[in-house]
Amino acid sequence: MTSFFLSPAFFDQAVLGITPILLAALAGTLSERVGLFNIALEGQMLVGAFAAVAGSHFTGSLAGGVLMAVVASTLFSGLLAFGSAILRGNDIVIGISLNLLAAGLTSFLLRSLLGVSGTFSDSAMAGLTRLHIPGLADLPVIGRALGEQNPLVYLSWLLVAAIAIFLAYTPWGLRVRGIGEQADAAVTLGANAVRYRIAVTLAGGALCGLAGLQLSLGSLTLFSENMTAGRGWIAVAAVMLGRARPLPVAAACVLFGIADALGLKLQGEGLPNQITDSAPYVVTLIALVVAGLRQKIDGRKLSV
Amino acid sequence: MSAFAGLMRTTKLPQWVGSLLPVFWAVIVGFAVCGAIAGTVGLSPLLMLTELIKGAVEGPQIFETVARAVPLVGMALAAAMPLRAGIVNLGTDGQLVLGGCVAAIIALYLPAPDGVRIVLALITGTLVGGAYAALAAAGEIYARVPLLVSTWLMSYPAKGLCGWLVHAPLADPLVAWPSTRRIPLGTRLEHLIPGTPINDGFLLIAFAAILIVFLDRRSSVGYELRLRGLNERFARYGGVAIDRQTFWLMFASGAMAGLIGAVLVLGSQYRFTDGALTAPQYTWSGTLAALLAGGEPLGAIIAAVLFAALQTGGFAMERSVEIPRVLTMVLESIVILFLAMRGAIWRRR
Repeated sequence: MTSFFLSPAFFDQAVLGITPILLAALAGTLSERVGLFNIALEGQMLVGAFAAVAGSHFTGSLAGGVLMAVVASTLFSGLLAFGSAILRGNDIVIGISLNLLAAGLTSFLLRSLLGVSGTFSDSAMAGLTRLHIPGLADLPVIGRALGEQNPLVYLSWLLVAAIAIFLAYTPWGLRVRGIGEQADAAVTLGANAVRYRIAVTLAGGALCGLAGLQLSLGSLTLFSENMTAGRGWIAVAAVMLGRARPLPVAAACVLFGIADALGLKLQGEGLPNQITDSAPYVVTLIALVVAGLRQKIDGRKLSV
Repeated sequence: MSAFAGLMRTTKLPQWVGSLLPVFWAVIVGFAVCGAIAGTVGLSPLLMLTELIKGAVEGPQIFETVARAVPLVGMALAAAMPLRAGIVNLGTDGQLVLGGCVAAIIALYLPAPDGVRIVLALITGTLVGGAYAALAAAGEIYARVPLLVSTWLMSYPAKGLCGWLVHAPLADPLVAWPSTRRIPLGTRLEHLIPGTPINDGFLLIAFAAILIVFLDRRSSVGYELRLRGLNERFARYGGVAIDRQTFWLMFASGAMAGLIGAVLVLGSQYRFTDGALTAPQYTWSGTLAALLAGGEPLGAIIAAVLFAALQTGGFAMERSVEIPRVLTMVLESIVILFLAMRGAIWRRR
């Protein structure tokens, strides 16, 4: 059993599973910090995943796919920014309807633009290519997982550090936190709450676009309907578990990524995939229960 | 002219007319946006509109609409009950599937007379759906796991488990798609109007709907729900047992979803097939209908019937002019999005 879990493919799978959730969770973290509850992560990711494939297919270049993913998902998050930050509508209801809008819109466009239903893939379509980092890639067992990933994987971890530093050490980060904790006080001190909320929501949209890009062009090059499969919600759970602090949030994402890889591994061992596919959700739920019970004893509440 | 103006000043329009105006605008915006989307990908917006309407109400299509409205109204009520108190059940998909799966198992394998089997299948499906939702409620009460997230995530294992059951131990070897064996004739819900897809499930859901509207308007249970929806702290202060209410409310919501699953399996699909209960998106349209009505049950029912018409129209539109019917889902979400943005429904507290 040990050798089986410690195989290079297992760690590689875990890193692949972590990346989209991590990118979306960073978007959720920023939103939470500025006082918006972003449950539209799922929908934004889905839009990003579709736009990546459509962009790559129609422009014939990977750059086109990357650009489309980020632009489309940022534009889509503009709806959230407009409704939630400017008009101050209910962010939960807006989030739910945005998720459904994304599911409907992507499958409509899949049929009308790409002419298929279900899954679209195109062998000529370029996906993200794996790098080879000398040294890291030569490590035993974890070499492939750490040293031979696509650039987006490394970018996602750089972003964790960048966002942690941004929130903790920059004046803008301070204002973001101030608006999230006590908007009135922050506004009195001259911070423009609306402008910060818009900026953060749009930045979150871009991050979700990258998350979707990783899903559709990261290891496979395809788009299938609802391919996010709840990853946006797992990201929401990660934000709660990490109390919207970048490093703990990233740790929660690592846990879920490992659960994902574990499920795939058990499936490879012959367990039915309908059962093993549930692993990430069950692990997420258990983690929420454990954290909730601990916090209940501490007398605190989950961040929502 | 002045008499008319005077009349307009003195007659106060009923309140609901005022509250419907934003919905009217939202529907216009929804159609405009969908027309624009259809136009940009080279489909005719006008054709979309006419085919939608024709497909929803023309001739025998009206029966299709009614048949589709039965599960949709049920799912709208399942979503509306918790919303009335300001809490969310996003897991009705999983509860629906569990209810349908369990009902199929009872109907197929319980050694009992036909009549007993069908009743027990309906009851067990309902109870299992309710219990699964109540489990999420227990998670919020005892471990503070927010229902918003837990209900959604719990859908996946439920769907996975039922999917596995019909892939392996309960699979009918004679069909290609993973499903249980066909439910025998005696254990099916009968057709209410022969020659149409409308079955006895219509009566069950109609009864449940009347009960829910009555409880909402006339009982202390409904009063406490509405009170909490308006102001939870005040409701708590006023003596509403919030945790107990959450638990039973989620049970009722999940039970409704489970009942729909059982009704669909026993009344129209005649077997539990992996994915067949969730594919028509009853859950999502139901949730959107409930959101549109702000959790008010009668409003949710009306919205669900309209959405059912829209979906039947969508099928016809897809058949005749090849505009993908998923566009109706886009339309529904745009309507809710527009209303929520304007703060016409669900104002931020």
